Parts: sequence; structure tokens; C-alpha cells
Amino acid sequence: MKERVILHSDMNGFYASVECMLNPELKGKPVAVGGSVENRHGIILAKSEEAKKFGIKTGEALWQAQQKCKDLIIVPPHYDKYKAYSEYAREIYRRYTDLIEPFGLDECWLDVTGSTHLFGNGYDIAYQIKECIKYELGLTVSVGVSFNKIFAKLGSDMKKPDAITIISKENFKDKIWSLPASDLLGVGRATTNKIETMGIKTIGDLANIDVDLLVCRLGKNGRDLWMYANGMDSSRVRPDGFRDPIKSIGHGITCKEDLVSTEEVWKVMLELSQNVSKRLKEEKLNACGVQISVRDNQLISRQFQCGMPIATQSAMELAHAGIELFTTNYNWKYDVRSLTIRAINLQPDDEPVQLDLFSNVTKHEKQETIDNTVMAIRKRFGDKAIINATLLNETKIPKDDHESVLPAPMFK
Amino acid sequence: MAKRKVYVKVLIMQDENGEIQPLQIVWDDGKSYEVDKVIYKCRASSTKVGGTGIRYTVRISGKETFLYFSEDENRWFMEGKC
Ligand SMILES: [Mg+2]
Repeated sequence: MKERVILHSDMNGFYASVECMLNPELKGKPVAVGGSVENRHGIILAKSEEAKKFGIKTGEALWQAQQKCKDLIIVPPHYDKYKAYSEYAREIYRRYTDLIEPFGLDECWLDVTGSTHLFGNGYDIAYQIKECIKYELGLTVSVGVSFNKIFAKLGSDMKKPDAITIISKENFKDKIWSLPASDLLGVGRATTNKIETMGIKTIGDLANIDVDLLVCRLGKNGRDLWMYANGMDSSRVRPDGFRDPIKSIGHGITCKEDLVSTEEVWKVMLELSQNVSKRLKEEKLNACGVQISVRDNQLISRQFQCGMPIATQSAMELAHAGIELFTTNYNWKYDVRSLTIRAINLQPDDEPVQLDLFSNVTKHEKQETIDNTVMAIRKRFGDKAIINATLLNETKIPKDDHESVLPAPMFK
Repeated sequence: MAKRKVYVKVLIMQDENGEIQPLQIVWDDGKSYEVDKVIYKCRASSTKVGGTGIRYTVRISGKETFLYFSEDENRWFMEGKC
């Protein structure tokens, strides 16, 4: 097989860079994007290069960051802009290939093997992309160029911002075997701890250990990691627009204050269910089951689930199932901090529905009509045009309730 | 020299292929200017005032200047003197 040319492009300090690009007055200053200060989401989401110099880390509390740097400028996130600029970058990638696999909003793998005869070798294409993104979008990327996805990703992390790193079949042993094993994609905290007890510290250690020993310790994952370290990752870059079949649709939040009564839990459940219901309708799916996760203020999580008598998209029905699960299972030893409701066992909503003798179909259909009417009103007049009376009062739901995009797993 | 972002009104002509040509701009003080010629069109970011878009290099009153259409804001802007 012809050697593949894989790029991994990573937009540097993405959220913070977009903010600085849109507002040049921020340029050259320590800038961080932070969740709102008044609730528990008050953490650093991204930081500029200048803020990095003060030791500010993503994920730390805003007050901690401000202690490290008193001139730190904290700006609120603008997710719509980040999504837009993520998409503009992908439009640039599409000039070079249709094999584009996003990894979060700011990273993408590109397989450009088929375009090298048009645009030059891997480095040339990486350079064109990097310069193009700088010129057209005012943002910088670091690009890893390699013959597999794992090394391309590693390369994009090695030199940043605004840089290109090549990891070839000829140089990878010199270039990366001395790096810590945890730099490899797929080697998380738990794996790092396990392999450290085997005396494995670097990627080279990982590559040179007896693979059977690794499998013995880590299972199938052990073989994968050994292959990765030896440059034998053969996972493909997914075609542009590829989507996993959806297994569940859920929505969860951490509340501004702990929930102290079933009534408060009900309000949050109802609010969350409306989001889930909306997305079920968008995806044209019905839920045959409901699952809830409850995390108490000791940060212990529990999950409960049940089936639905009739497959549904209705917010009200999902919320009712959710609250019933809650009241029958939750022991109220501690107050509730986070709540998630998930529609599970999904099926296409045009599939014939199997009814049983006891379910109240008329009631279900009535509820569906109500839901659809509410949805239509919201579509015309906005999300807040019609809401459940119980949600008119304070609900302890944070205002910047937003879901992050989770990176996809590796595609074999 | 420092520049400021000036959002402008633009009179455009869109041809049957969807191509857009700016004909006249109205500055934020209300004065209007003819666009004599579009010299070049590309995507670019404005390092001076921030933001990005489709950048038209235009000639107005004999001078070359940039006119941007910001796609994420869906409006036009220029780089003005402070
Ligand atoms: Mg990044």
C-alpha cells in the first residue's frame, strides 16, 4: 500500500484566539475565555499565549487564574462564533480533501494522500493550509504531518503555535520515542499509572516492550497502544460529514444551587426534557426508554433507567418517566447537584409502534398534539414564547446552559 | 495608525449568477461614496479592526481601500480612521 499522508490541524488556543481576532484590542494581552463568574461554571475555558505565560490552565477556577495574573482579561464565551469559525476552517480543508475528520471544534484530521499530485507533499499542503487560515481567518494552527493519525496528532502538539511538525517513517524513533507515553492519544491517566508500574515511561518504552505482556496488563487496548507507539496505527480518516448512528440523546446540567426538593427536581427535569424532546424531533427519533443520572452534593452519581410503554418524543412524557425514576429510586440522603436525563433505546419515529393492551394511546396522542403545538409556537415566536407555568419561577438552572461537543473515538 | 471598525450601508448589484458587486457605500456620518471599481476579491481577515469576511479591494474617489462582507455577522464593514 502507498504510504498515507495524514495531517492533523489544531487551531491554537481556539476560543481565546477567536476572541482576540474579533477584537484586536485584546491582542498581545493575557486573555482568557471563562464561564460566568456567579455560578459553578466559573472556570477557564481557554487562554491566550500571553495568559499561558502566567501559568493559567484550562479548567481552573476563574479566581485562581486571577490570582496568578491580576491583569487577566476574562471574556465570556461566544459559542456561535466558535462554531462559525470552526466551519470556515473546515471549508478551507475541503479545498484539499474530502477526508476530514473533526476531533472537537478546533481539531481535524485530513487524509491528503490523494491530493499530493495536485498540491505538493504533506509539508507543502500543511503550509498552504496554515497560511490560508492565517490570512483568511486571522487564526493560527499547528499541523502535524505523518503517515498515520496517531503520529499526526502527536506532531500537532509538539510545536505550537503556528508551526508544522513532520513525523516520518524515517525519523519517528528519534523524534518521539523519548517523549512521555502519556503524550500518545489513548494513553490516559489510568493507563499511564498502570504502565508506569511496568517501568514504561516513554513512547519508546511502550514500543519496545513485549506486546503480550502489555496485552496481559491492558487487554486489547494494550495491543493498540503498542501498535501506535510503533507507527502501525492504520485507522482511517472518516469522510467529511460522517456521523455515528445516535445511541442516545441526553441533556444534563449542574445547578446553580443544590436542589432540595422533588418539586425543584421536577422543574429541572422538565426543562431538560424539552431540550431532549426537541433534539429527538430534529433527529426524527423516538425514545423507547429513559435514563437519569443524579449526582448529589458529595459528587456521587447514580443512574436509573426504565422502558417507556409507548415510544415517544414528548417532553412531558420523558419528564414524567424521569421524575418517577427519581422518586422511586433516590434516597435523599444528600441534596442534588447535577441532573441528566437521556432518551435511550432510540428508533426512527416513522417505525410502526407496537402497542400493548394497557397503555393509554389516546392520552399519548393528545400529549403529542400539545407538544407539537408548543413546538410550532416556539419556532415562530422564539423559545421563550410559551413555557410551562412551573418554569416561570426561579429554577436554579444556570443561564449559560451549554453543551460542549465531545470528540469522537478512533475510527478503525 | 489606529483604525476603527465602521459598519457601512452598501448598495449592491447581484447578477444572475449570484455574483455581488458593491456600487455605493454610505459612511457612518451619512455621506455616500461611489465605488468606482472592484479591483480584487478574496477571503481575508482584517488585522487592523478585527473580524473576517469576503474582502473587496475597491477604488473609491481614486483611492484603493478594503470593503468587507462579514459572513458571521451578515453585514458590511470598513477600516476607518480614528
Ligand atoms: Mg486547539
